[in-house]
Amino acid sequence: MKDEQRTPGLTIDCQEIVELVTDYLEGVLDTDMAAEVEAHLQLCDGCDIYIEQMRATIRSLGTVPVETLSETAQSELSRAFRDLRGPAAAP
Amino acid sequence: MPSEEAESADAALLERLRTGDSDAFAEIVRAWSPMMLQAARAYVSTDASAQEVVQEAWLAMIRGLDRFEGRSSLRTWILAILGNIGRSRGVREARTVPWSSLGPADDAAPAVDPDRFRGPDDQWPRHWTPLGKPRAWPRSPEEETLAAEDRRELEDGLAELPEQQRMVVALRDVHGLTSDEVCSFLDLSAGNQRVLLHRGRSRLRGLLEMHYAAEAEVMGT
Repeated sequence: MKDEQRTPGLTIDCQEIVELVTDYLEGVLDTDMAAEVEAHLQLCDGCDIYIEQMRATIRSLGTVPVETLSETAQSELSRAFRDLRGPAAAP
Repeated sequence: MPSEEAESADAALLERLRTGDSDAFAEIVRAWSPMMLQAARAYVSTDASAQEVVQEAWLAMIRGLDRFEGRSSLRTWILAILGNIGRSRGVREARTVPWSSLGPADDAAPAVDPDRFRGPDDQWPRHWTPLGKPRAWPRSPEEETLAAEDRRELEDGLAELPEQQRMVVALRDVHGLTSDEVCSFLDLSAGNQRVLLHRGRSRLRGLLEMHYAAEAEVMGT
């Protein structure tokens, strides 16, 4: 048991991993801790799946439709830009 | 830390804007306005106000182009302009969200239900139980073909997150801002920004997991 506890990847438990996952993905864990997380992921199917699900969640958030400025506002802005910065407005 | 490549792309863009290239301007208005509309909601509470704040910010940028010294990226600069306009507008609308705090303590649920981990007397305390262990999802939720329902689930979940978590997750993961940009725009510490991001993402992962589990049950698998 004692030896098992020292095995790389097992000084950390799954319940800790699920709270460290954001720090891990953000790259802010120190080198030792990051290596420990990686070793754990090699050993633990559940956490490996968990972290892939976090990545999938993040990727899919990038596909959520977003609002934008109305067409009218966009063309008003383009006009303002031409008026203020366009060739005609040059000194 | 912006890469050299990003810096020279930014310098080229700035040059185009300064010489009155209206295509370049229309391009960044198209590219950045969605992110700015989201960010404006940190300070104002209606869509109409957010649209106005974003328009004002663009106008202020056009007028300020000659003064911009290029010490930050253009995107960071327009965000700073937006923040100034949004804050004064928010004061008038009496909207005050304490962005620098983490929100109510009850927003701090653990990422995963503690019952899914083994107890203290187990040989492997705090590791997944056989039933609690995550199961691979039947598909990746961003896959185009099957994603409509998954995406709706995610959008609903995002809309229901506590306000501070929603703002940070939306700016980072939906709109692709960097953590530095989000921290400086919301005046958040890096640590608090990560806590909000973590709580929000964890909750959304959990929602997708429930969505897939319910689906598996219906399919009888």
